[in-house]
Parts: sequence; structure tokens; C-alpha cells
Amino acid sequence: MKNPSVLGTILLAGLFAGLLAPALAAQDSGVTLIENATILTVTKGTIENGSILIRNGKIAQVGKNIKAPEGATVIDAKGMYVTAGIIDCHSHIAVEGNVNEGSVAVSSMVGVGDVINPDDIDIYRDLAGGVTTANVLHGSANPIGGLNQVIKLRWGKDAEELKFEGAPPGIKFALGENPKRNNFNPPPGIPRRYPESRMGVMDVIRQAFVDAREYKKSWDEYNKRVAAGDKAAIPPRRDLKLEPLVEVLEGKRYVHSHCYRADEILQLMRLAEEFGFRIRTLQHVLEGYRVADEIAAHGAGGSTFSDWWAYKMEAYEAIPYNAAMMTRRGVIVSVNSDSAEEARHLNQEAAKTMKYGGMTEDEALRMVTINPAIQLGIDKRVGSIEPGKDADLVIYNHHPLSVYAVAQKVFIDGHIYFDREKDLAMREAQAAERKALLEKAKKAAEAEKKAGEKPGADRKPDSEKKPDGAAPPQGKDEKPKEPPKPPQQVAVAGFLD
Amino acid sequence: MKQSKNGRSLPVVLAWVLLLALGFGGLGSLQRSASADEPRYFALQNIKVVPVSGPPIEGATLVIAKGRIAALGTGVAIPPEAWVIDGKGLTVYPGLFDALSDIGLGVAAPAESAGGRGAGRGAGGPAVTPEMISRGPQDRPASTPWLEAADELKADDKKIETWRSGGFTTALSTPTRGLFPGQGSVIDLAGERPGDLVVKPAASVEVTLNGPGGFFGFPGSLMGAIAYIEQVYLDAEQDTAAQRIYAAAPRANERPDYDRVLRALEAAQAAGEPVLIPANTSPQILRGLVLAEKIKARPVLYGVQQGYAVATALAGKQAVALVNAKWPEREKDADPEAEEPLRTLRARDRAPGTPAALAKAGVRFAFYDGGLSGPKDMLKNVKKAIDAGLPPEAALRALSLTPAEIYGVADRLGSIDVGKIANLVVTDGDLFGEKTKIKLVFVDGRKFEIKEAEKPKEPPKGDLTGKWSLAFSTDQGQMQATADLAMSPGGSVSGTVTHPFGTSPLLSGYLSANSFTFTISADPGGRPQEFTFSGTVEGNSIKGHINGPGFATEFTGTRPGAALAAGE
Repeated sequence: MKNPSVLGTILLAGLFAGLLAPALAAQDSGVTLIENATILTVTKGTIENGSILIRNGKIAQVGKNIKAPEGATVIDAKGMYVTAGIIDCHSHIAVEGNVNEGSVAVSSMVGVGDVINPDDIDIYRDLAGGVTTANVLHGSANPIGGLNQVIKLRWGKDAEELKFEGAPPGIKFALGENPKRNNFNPPPGIPRRYPESRMGVMDVIRQAFVDAREYKKSWDEYNKRVAAGDKAAIPPRRDLKLEPLVEVLEGKRYVHSHCYRADEILQLMRLAEEFGFRIRTLQHVLEGYRVADEIAAHGAGGSTFSDWWAYKMEAYEAIPYNAAMMTRRGVIVSVNSDSAEEARHLNQEAAKTMKYGGMTEDEALRMVTINPAIQLGIDKRVGSIEPGKDADLVIYNHHPLSVYAVAQKVFIDGHIYFDREKDLAMREAQAAERKALLEKAKKAAEAEKKAGEKPGADRKPDSEKKPDGAAPPQGKDEKPKEPPKPPQQVAVAGFLD
Repeated sequence: MKQSKNGRSLPVVLAWVLLLALGFGGLGSLQRSASADEPRYFALQNIKVVPVSGPPIEGATLVIAKGRIAALGTGVAIPPEAWVIDGKGLTVYPGLFDALSDIGLGVAAPAESAGGRGAGRGAGGPAVTPEMISRGPQDRPASTPWLEAADELKADDKKIETWRSGGFTTALSTPTRGLFPGQGSVIDLAGERPGDLVVKPAASVEVTLNGPGGFFGFPGSLMGAIAYIEQVYLDAEQDTAAQRIYAAAPRANERPDYDRVLRALEAAQAAGEPVLIPANTSPQILRGLVLAEKIKARPVLYGVQQGYAVATALAGKQAVALVNAKWPEREKDADPEAEEPLRTLRARDRAPGTPAALAKAGVRFAFYDGGLSGPKDMLKNVKKAIDAGLPPEAALRALSLTPAEIYGVADRLGSIDVGKIANLVVTDGDLFGEKTKIKLVFVDGRKFEIKEAEKPKEPPKGDLTGKWSLAFSTDQGQMQATADLAMSPGGSVSGTVTHPFGTSPLLSGYLSANSFTFTISADPGGRPQEFTFSGTVEGNSIKGHINGPGFATEFTGTRPGAALAAGE
């Protein structure tokens, strides 16, 4: 640190970044008033020239002519549109490591909540697209996959702080080509994993619930013995794989199932009914329009793409009218991303349902706000602009269903987590910081080289020469290195979805 | 010594003969063992002592007797049998402790691994075959917690000497492969037989998060590895209860299963062995704290290079950190045009500041090598941490007493206190000083002199590369040896010498003009001793002297292969 100017730049840049980066909490008096905005409340209509009062992270008041309390931060949103933060019902952002525990047909012992990576830049990028809540799901390699985690995109907070407190727990299921692994071949000599057919997929799910029932029974019997004062009772083994399935049977855990075809959708709903539980959401559900009445009768939500299709055999019968048709038959429908990129313009994805199927503005907006909130069981907290709800809000420069809409400010719990102006300003500071850090590293390397050349400097005995190939430990934002994978795995279509 | 059934083999006889010639010059008895002759009493006089457990003492006397520190202070009486060493201008520190390593296990650096410990650890191993595919936690994938490093040690592992020469007397050495690779052992870095090294055979349990399987075996993901570890500890808890209840009422229950993995972990838990959890980035560190809580273990994390960002959280959980001293660097073969994320640059810049941040927050921490090639790089990197604000005393403690505390051996080593094991490093200045040289190292009270490799004064004339036949005479008659040497263009010489006691690598060597010198460590019986060959080279012949403790002779040598080739 011999160069004060370099050091100074780094300190300044760090300070600047520190002010801007995470919570952006500079103006946190706890009270904020957004005024002169067009407010799309989602559930209570549109308010022209309206105001939203935020107090302690909650929406305190919505309407016209709200006076700013003393000490409140006032944001003039003249010409702007405010709507509830976007909720992405199917996301794989912020996961460290493999998003699939694909080694086993039932991977309910694993949970995405264990491996949330708050440093994943996709969080910030999706936030900049107006997303405030995401349902982070396990992949679709297994008939019964891992546990999901609903998060708020509180960029800058740690993993535990991202978790949507109180959101009902869930689990990923998957049907069709991915769990039976049509598009996936193990290397020679390694046997294929069961199941390999749609029949097998159903068998795996059914068997797992039979096991879960047995497991529940073993605990019930044990508890009965203990209650009767039997001190010689050995407790059963706690089974992390079966515990979540018992919760599903008891209606305490939501099932979010990846599916495409009408037949498998019916199969799964019937299987669930056989065991006395309900599928909470059908994810993708591209042929949902064919069995919309049955879906509505079962009570499942449908979370679909706007207009992706034909990327694999089971996606050929998809139509962009799917969301609208299911809605018209009484299904709660959301439009999801399944992609960190797509999530950045979910508002426009929702708008497509107006072109394909004639949804109204409100109906389209609902697809990415209150409907996914209902599907995730968090609609009392988020999904619309109503007093008492979390102040998760997006200020757009244009109507959010317009292709010109760009998010200007994004609030979560009343705090600004993304501010477009500040983001632009931050880029310059970050460029300066980068330059300073590179310069500092270069100087240090030169100094070290010079010291090494000095006569009489320590010479390493040959025994200390280091074998090459020892790479530095992982940096903060490098994705963890998975073991080298065989080439067959590289081109697996749609494996995350 | 080896002994064939029908009497002594020829090499053994030869060895005895040379032992007589080299070691004792004909004065000693053939029956006398060398170790009995080894000095076990030392007194370091007029020396500065940095005990770590207390303030430094100037002009002190430190007495070593039979492997332990017998006395320390000013005005301490020197026992008559002691070998007195004048310590004027020297400083003695506790021997350094590498808090997580594979020293002594004879592990080659894994070429396929992504980095040192914390990155590539646990990975590798044999290729996956169908029989090895784990189909769930019940298959106990890559789990061998019953292994103890102490049972896998190789006393001739080159790393032992490398690290000892740099002041490291002690290490926690652990098996390296798998999710539960095995238990770490506290070892001292000197000994003839593996057992000589072991201070505490079962001192730690390590977990890694690198599953073996990819898509072909459980666990194939980070979340799978975490779930697996949690399940195993739940099973261990249940197993403990099941054993207890079953023992009391065997007729009231079905017989519980026996599971070697669980029994090993239960025993380790009962003995209070720390569970070491990998965590390098700040999200990983916080995740490690959560995992420790889940498995009801005191949080001891290793890696921790982004500890600067979460030091308060670590302090809040009273976590212990093993800091990987191999600070992150840009990969040497990285695309020079590739722009690295700012966050990577920041992490690289701030990593050496982690120890200072931990010290400030009151987090207990120790250093480990993380795959660094040797002790010099390690001390250099610790110096970087000092430059980033770590008080030198705290750095020293993290290399001595703190790791001893973490592994439950602070009652016997880790600081300079009377009664403790005499693991010491003697320097000619501040341990972290750039120009400081390590002069002596004591391991279990055994003295090791440290010689710096000398440099050639002039450019070499001639070439020593090739196979040489050496002949020399002793009291016992003519002896033979061969030297297989390789010389660098700069004149430094490496290679091996094969002599009646085995094959020894060159410790150092060079050719300056036509004068050469090289040194080997040979073991004529009992303990290794250094022998230096020096002389001149003339084409394909060399001649000169061999010097060793109480031994000197002349030798000549030729390079028959080269002569043959030249003759053609």
C-alpha cells in the first residue's frame, strides 16, 4: 500500500459501492411517500395521480391526496407507473452448485434452501427487471425432486435474509421426459436410472408415498409406546427423504410439479387424490388448456410460459393461448420465467396473454403478481398494492405491459433495492475500483518479482517446487466447480425447467 | 533392519561395516544403537524466548531434556549432560503448527483438483464404476470416518522434511478423499517409524462437500452433500439411542443395525473431536454455521478466506476458523484478455485481510497450508496477513497455540512452557522478517540444523549430468556408490546417490567453475546424518572428499556411460 492515490481510490470506490450496493438504505426514515403516480393496484383497480405511503416496510395507505408525514422521504413519480413487485413462480437463480440432485429418483432429502447463493448476480439482474419474489425450485431430473425456497430479492443480504419468512414450504415433482431421462444418456457402463417411462414415473411417486405412510406409522407407533410409558422403545430413524412427503400427505407442504402433457397431468392429479392431497401448482403445464376443467376441479394452479414451445417432443402441442384458456376455465394462472434472463421482462411476457387470448390489462398483470402469490400461499403479504401488504413495489417509466417499460426503482419491504439512476452512477465508481484493484495487484506482483531477483534472496530447494495445476481457491462469485462431467451431459435440453 | 531367515544378507553386512566406518570410526561397539547415542539434553543460552503463552523473555536459558522443555528462564542451571548452544542473537519460538494438511500421508498434489483444501479437497479418487454408484444416503457414499491419518503415515514422506526445515514441527494431517475422508491426527514432523510421529491419533473429523457422483451417484450436488451429512448425523444420534436402549432391553426390540460409519462418528463425538466443515466464500461460511448447528457440532470452518466479510457472524456463533493461507490468485493459465468480475478482484484483494478481521472480532483462528508448496510460501503469505493489519503476535499464535487448542493438545504443545514437548524453532531474527533465517528446529527435543542451499559463485564449467560410479576407501576397505545427477544451466545440481545404506536425494548441490559440492542425508544406522561430497570435475572424471560427522575420506568417480557414448 505504498501508493496513497491508489489506496484512496479503492477506499472511495468501496465507500461509494457500500452506500449504493446492498440495502441502499440511505433514505430509511422508515416512511416513504410515492406521489403523482399511476398506481396499478392489481386487485383494486387503477388510481391516476395517486400516492402510496410506506411505513416500516408495509403499505400504510393508498389513494389520492395523501400528505407526506414529517420526515418522510417523498418520491415524485409524475408520469410513472407503480405496480406490485413481480413474482416469478418458477426460478433457478441464486442456487450454488447443481440445481438437480439427479442421482436418485426421489431426492426429497435435498433442499434449495440449503444452498442459496446471495451473491448470484442474477438476483440483481432480475430485481432490475422488477422481480421482488422468486420461487426457487430444484431441477426436474426426478419424479420427486428437492425442496424449493421462496425468496425475496433483497440484493446484498445474506442467504437466510433472502428467504421469504413464513412462505409455506414446497417440493418439486417432475413428470415426462426429464425424470424418465429420454434426452440423457449415462456414459457406457453406467446403468440407466429407473424410471424410464411415464408408467415408471408414476410408480416411483406412488411407492414414495406408500413408504411415507409406513414411515409415519412407525413414528406413530413409537410415540404411542412412549406415551404409554414404555422406556424400552427405540425411536425410528429420522428420514430426511420421507419427512417432507409426510408433510405433503398432511397438507403442510405444497407440490409444484413440472409437467407438459395432458395425460400426465391427469395421472398426477388422480394419484394425489388417491393419497388425499392436492397438487398446488402445475409448472409449465403446456397442455393445460386440454384439461383445464379437471385442473380447476382439482384446485391446482397453472404456472406456464407465455409462448415457448416445441423445444422437445412433449412441448409440441403447446399453444400461446394456454394461459388465457386455463384462466377462462377457472384456473389460477401465472406466467413464469424458468430463466434468469426471461425473468427480467416477465411484465412483457404477461402482456402476451392480451394478444393471445384477450386477457384484460388487470388479468395480464395478475399473471405475474397476485396469481403467483396465491399459488405460493403468500398473497396475504404480497402480489398487490393494498394497505397492510409488504411494500414490494416497482416504479416503471411506462405502463408495465408496454414493451417500452423499464423499471426505475424497485422496493422490497419499503427499501429501495434497485435504483436505475444510482445503478448508472455506480458503474463509473466500479470501473474506477476495478482499475485501482488491477493496478494494485500489478504493483504487488512486480514488487514480489523484484524481491525474488535480489541476490542472496531465498532460493527454494527443488523439493519445494510446486506442482503446477494447483489453482487458487474459489473466489466469491465463481460458481462452484462441479466434478468434471462426461460430454453426454453437456447438451441436455430443458433440464432445469 | 531386515534380516533374512538364513542369516544376514550381504547388504546388511555391508551396512554394518560402513556403520562402523562412518558413524563411529571404529570406536563404538557394533551392538550399540545409534539412537542411544543421540543427544537428548540441550541448553540454549542467552537466547530470546517467545513462549506465546506469555511475554517474550530476553537473555534466557532454555533446557531441553528427553524431548521436553525441562527449564526456562534467566539464571536457570544447565545440567552437566546438556549440549550447550549459545543463542546470542537468536530467538526461539514454539514449533509452527499447520492446522490442516496431508503432510506425512505421501499424497501427491492432485493434478485434477481445482485448488488446495477447501476447493478440491474430497474430490478425485478412482473412476466411478457401476458397483460404486451410491443410490442414496443409506449407501454411505465416500465415507470412511474410521480411517485415522496416524495409521496411514509414511515416515519418509518428503513433505515432513520440507515443512520441518521451514520451522513447522507439528501438523494436523488428515485423509483427503471423500465426503467423510477420515480422522485427522496431530503429528510431530520427525521420526523414523510412522508411530514416532503421532501425538494424537484421533483429533478431528473432516467433512467435505464434494460428492463423488455427478449425475451417476448420490450425492451429485452441493445440496445433496449437505443433506447427506445431516442425515448421517441424525442416524448417528438415533444409533446412539438405539444401542443404549437395546442394551438395556434386548428382548423388547428388533436388533439395531451395525454401521461402521456411525460408530466412528459417535466415538469422535464422544471424544469431543471438532468437525471441520469447508467454507471459503462468505455465503459458504454462513452456510457452514447453519450446517454445524444442524449436526449439533461446534462450528469449526476451514477455508474462510472471505471471513473479512462475516467476521461478526463468526464471532457471534463462537466459531473457530482454519484459514487457508494460499491466498487466491489469478489462475496462471487464465486468459489474459478475460475480464474478471469486480467481486473476484475484491475478494482477491481482501482475502489476506481476513485474519486481521477475525482477530479484531475475537474469532479464534489458525492457519493451514491449503496446498501451498512449502513453509516459505506459507510464512510469506502469513506476512501478507500481517501487512493487512494482523498483529504479529496474533499471527504467531495462529501458527502455534491456537491450533493446539483446537485439537485438544495445548496441554502438551503449542507454546514454550516447562513440561511441554520440545517443539521449537530457532531463528536469527523476527520469524516473519524477510531476511530471517531459521537456524535450528527441535522436534520432540531432537535437533535439526537447517542449512540454506548455497549458490554457485561462478558459472559452471563442465556438466555433472549423468550416472557416476564413485569409489572411496574407509577403514574397512574399498566402498562403491553411484550418483545419478542432473545439472541446471545455472549450475545447481540435483539427483540421488545410491550407497550401501540405500538411495538418498541430494539436499543441495552446485557446480561453480569446475568445483562442485553436494550433500546427502544418509542413514548409516539409527539416525540420518549429512555427508558432503566436494571436489572438481574434469571431463568424465571427478575426484574430491566426502565429509560427514566424524568421517572424512577421498573419492574418485567416472561417468562410464558418457565415456562409452563418447568412445563411439
